[in-house]
Amino acid sequence: MNNQAGYNFAYLDEQTKRSIRRGLLKAVAIPGFQVPFNSREMPMPYGWGTGGVQLTASILGEDDILKVIDQGADDTTNAVSIRRFFEHTAKGIDTTTDTAKATVIQTRHRIPEYALTEQQIIVFQVPIPEPLRFIEPSETETCKMHALEEYGVMHVKLYEDIAHYGHIATTYAYPVRVNHRYIMDPSPIPKFDNPKLHQNKALMIFGAGREKRLYAIPPYTDVHSLDFEDHPFAIQQWDQCCHLCGSDSSFLDEIIVDDEGARVFVCSDSHYCQQHANANNFSDNAEVHS
Amino acid sequence: MKIPSVEAEPLLHVEGVNKLYGINRGCQEIDFNLYAGEVLGIVGESGSGKSTLLNCLSGDVPPDCGQIVVASSVGDKVDLYQASESRRRLLMRSEFGIVKQNPRDGLRLQVSAGANIGERLMAIGERHYSRLRDVGIDWMSQVELDPERIDDFPETFSGGMQQRLQIARVLVTQPRLVLMDEPTGGLDVSVQAKLLDLIRSLVSELNLSVVMVTHDLAVARLLCHRLIVMKKSRIVETGLTDQILDDPQHSYTQLLVSSVLTP
Repeated sequence: MNNQAGYNFAYLDEQTKRSIRRGLLKAVAIPGFQVPFNSREMPMPYGWGTGGVQLTASILGEDDILKVIDQGADDTTNAVSIRRFFEHTAKGIDTTTDTAKATVIQTRHRIPEYALTEQQIIVFQVPIPEPLRFIEPSETETCKMHALEEYGVMHVKLYEDIAHYGHIATTYAYPVRVNHRYIMDPSPIPKFDNPKLHQNKALMIFGAGREKRLYAIPPYTDVHSLDFEDHPFAIQQWDQCCHLCGSDSSFLDEIIVDDEGARVFVCSDSHYCQQHANANNFSDNAEVHS
Repeated sequence: MKIPSVEAEPLLHVEGVNKLYGINRGCQEIDFNLYAGEVLGIVGESGSGKSTLLNCLSGDVPPDCGQIVVASSVGDKVDLYQASESRRRLLMRSEFGIVKQNPRDGLRLQVSAGANIGERLMAIGERHYSRLRDVGIDWMSQVELDPERIDDFPETFSGGMQQRLQIARVLVTQPRLVLMDEPTGGLDVSVQAKLLDLIRSLVSELNLSVVMVTHDLAVARLLCHRLIVMKKSRIVETGLTDQILDDPQHSYTQLLVSSVLTP
């Protein structure tokens, strides 16, 4: 091993990594259940993905290939800093921006557009793991509500959306029911990505550093977004295609391009966008960079 | 006044319940039965243990000793504090209704009136928005609130309206047993009268069983079939409402009755 002096491989010491892996095993055994873990101080502020970083650190091996994305893109601040962190501390691993090549993908706010495989693990950074928190401030009470499956209040929130906006206006961190049992906050991914949680081939693990909770969705698990019978769950739609690659099926970000308020929509998944643009020779708009 | 049908099995059986916070503070040696369709009033001065008793009945405060047995709708008898917590909470959710003295304690103030009414229905599995909406509007008018205001927040309602909303929220699942703690406390006299009228008609329409704590004998006379008089944590007298109010036996009850101003 060729590590930075004084630091263990992937920054965390082996005992901590082992205890986090024990937590992960429990999380995989009980899909959607929040397992407490001994979250450490990391050399980055809370809110920057300390939970996700610890999970990634505890599962990384030397032959792993890591991809880090933030809002779908490989070149945004959070993604760049975390990728560099592991390049420095986990010597020997490779990093990539290619979704298909990665064995571990750490993400903030998105699931890649390309379908994941059984060989991959995707790590989510979670700010608030407790989906019931908005209505119940007490931790002991929410634990009890999970244990006894008292989930009626989750629909109160959706009811409020419809009553005030005419449709379910929750667009991110949209609550899901995992394996017909636990209600889970899928981290702040757009609800566009919720259907990808269902029966996904990859192992999906979630870490919240400040709240010291981790949870998981094992491969091929049923995940359903909450809804009403007469207001079924639906994902976002755009009336434009991606300005850069012409895709009409990916999640689009709105970008303001000048002082006049002109705006374009581009894919949030940068790797997908490049691949798609190359495949379609769609380079007319290549001067607009995200 | 309608005489409740007397069944062999009481809906609620309370035996030897003690919950003391100090000497004669709390409630002790409490025995009574409540039958289906009956409205039982608990009267007494402040600090006599009425609310402690109600808290024991509502599953919030385990008594020091004694048992509280509820005949559930599926036919079995459940000892409230021997049963598992999940059973107790399910019972509370589906068969009990609790109306708090301060409606702000019983309502969710951060969600609309309609969501407040619909919450218990959603908790027992209703997943159809339009049906929830219809039930909400129906209950708004049943408790004489303007159905137009179904999307308004309880914050914007007056005290009397909040109390009526709380009653709608509790009664929407048609609980078999309703516990009320001074439901008319803190309301002005004309609003009180309307609310009492409303409670009385709902009780007879829905054939509810009610345990109501009040210190207001006028409220007791209007609503209750039977009364329990408490003083210094003990029951001092029980009987039919008219019997107790017209011919009180215990000296404390006599004092209580004679202290009421009759215009």
